[in-house]
Amino acid sequence: MGETVIKTDKLTKRFGDFIAADEITFEVEKGEIFGFLGANGAGKTTAMRMLCGLSIPSSGSATIAGFDVYKQTEQIKRNIGYMSQKFSLYEDLTVIENIKFFGGIYGLTNLQIKTKSDELLHNLGLEQEAKKLVASLPLGWKQKLSFSVAVLHEPKIVFLDEPTGGVDPVTRRQFWDLIYNAADRGVTIFVTTHYMDEAEYCNRISLMVDGKIKALDTPRNLKNTFGVETMDEVFYKLARGAKRGD
Amino acid sequence: MRTIKFLLQKEFRQIFRNRAILAMVMVMPVMQLLILPLAANYEVKNVNIAVIDNDHSSYSQKLISKITASGYFKLTGYDFSFKEAFKLIESDKADLILEIPHGFERNLVREDEQKLFIAVNAINGTKANLGGVYLTGIIKNFNADVRVQLVQPGKFNQQPTITIASSNWFNPYLNYHVFMVPGILAILVTMIGGFLTALNIVKEKEVGTIEQINVTPIKKHHFILGKLIPFWILGNVVFTLGLIVSWLIYGITPLGNILLLYAFIAVYLLAISGFGLLISTFCDTQQQAMFVMFFFMMVFILMGGLFTSIDSMPDWAKFVTKFNPVAYLIDVMRMIVLKGSGFKDIAKQLGTIGLFAVVLNSWAIINYKKTS
Repeated sequence: MGETVIKTDKLTKRFGDFIAADEITFEVEKGEIFGFLGANGAGKTTAMRMLCGLSIPSSGSATIAGFDVYKQTEQIKRNIGYMSQKFSLYEDLTVIENIKFFGGIYGLTNLQIKTKSDELLHNLGLEQEAKKLVASLPLGWKQKLSFSVAVLHEPKIVFLDEPTGGVDPVTRRQFWDLIYNAADRGVTIFVTTHYMDEAEYCNRISLMVDGKIKALDTPRNLKNTFGVETMDEVFYKLARGAKRGD
Repeated sequence: MRTIKFLLQKEFRQIFRNRAILAMVMVMPVMQLLILPLAANYEVKNVNIAVIDNDHSSYSQKLISKITASGYFKLTGYDFSFKEAFKLIESDKADLILEIPHGFERNLVREDEQKLFIAVNAINGTKANLGGVYLTGIIKNFNADVRVQLVQPGKFNQQPTITIASSNWFNPYLNYHVFMVPGILAILVTMIGGFLTALNIVKEKEVGTIEQINVTPIKKHHFILGKLIPFWILGNVVFTLGLIVSWLIYGITPLGNILLLYAFIAVYLLAISGFGLLISTFCDTQQQAMFVMFFFMMVFILMGGLFTSIDSMPDWAKFVTKFNPVAYLIDVMRMIVLKGSGFKDIAKQLGTIGLFAVVLNSWAIINYKKTS
């Protein structure tokens, strides 16, 4: 077993009477691709925001890259990358300006920024678009750019909140190539998705229903446990009983 | 420091790409300074007056021609009954009714006494009030003329008259431009510094980009400074533009030290931008920020001493104006621009605004939460 980079114990977030995330307990190893599944409203984003240091938990404990989610949120932020569900790069800046800005904010040197951004543009095939405003890019490219910016500062863990929502199958495939590349470099990937084919790409999967984690295992073991052929069926069996949703 | 450089670079790129904002920043000071001082004037002209002349004497004619010749009044009705004249007020055709009683001339000459009746339409308070005052002045004047003509000046002046001669210092011709321009300049600087900063962070909240910032290890005070500095610079640019316009168009140049004026503006812009930033940390949408800012701006400006004198406000209102940054700015602007006041004269105001700047910006930094 490798080193544990995410460790949560009974992590809970309440908004008044509503328990968005209910005693979540799991561990993620370094370099793992961890799929975080659940129906809409199951509490995935809430859980992820707590892990990123964007939201303080109501109770329970968690450490990210060895840092405490209550007290060391700023150290956590130094060690993670985050890509929110909603596209959140600056649309009124160009591709290269966005890359340079976030590189600068994370404290990269000018040389690092230069080499990183060249490499990034090359890998994404965005050399021609470098000086175009981000607003003018198609969604698939925006998402790939977003991901690349999130891993620009070489974080230990990257959190992806539905990174491929609304993206065409070809681009999704390319997106997962980016994810695999990052994982090969030792970056831990924590990803939420609604696509069950993508779930199959993950090393391990947790499935959240109504704020609780109902299942956690490799895709293969999950299918065996529930005696079904596809992840779709696993999801359906578990999420069918959900009371929350949209 | 390097972080701030990146933040400023980003902010200025966004400002220069936002043509609408840029145009507003450049056009607003010029247009407002060109139009407002010419239109907004405390002097009341064109007061509509209806005269009911029951006397039809040469004196009543004299009085009426004196009124119309003053230039303040427009005779919109003559020779009605009071009932008819009142209808003119009801239909907004007249602001004042002057009723000259029957036997006006005779009583004035013989009995040395006469009564006139003035009815004022107080819907438009300022106009009616000032109109009433003007009219009283004219009648007094008329009365004095009549006395001189009629009464042989005796050995002893039976009715000693006090004549008041007033001299208006610092603005000798009571030129309203001179009075208004520094005030409008003050409001402009306030609008740019306050509104733009208030809307900026909230826009990032609305679009969602702030989430990407909050997940970086950026320091809170760096982020706030990165928002404060661009609009501070922009405010100074607008102020300079305004000064140039008021010099070119109205020939108004600060009587005092221009560097002192800039020093005060520099501190003031920090304070008002800090206020905008503070508001933005409380609001989630640009709509909210806009309304909250508007509320405060209305209070600040109406209680800032530009339109009404702070000295004539009730005590509680005077107390409130102590917390109104705009009141300090308007005060200092007039002191330096019109009166030529020096550092000693404005030191107190400068200190207070400096305190505002420190408190508001610190509060904004504390209240800006990267983690909810």
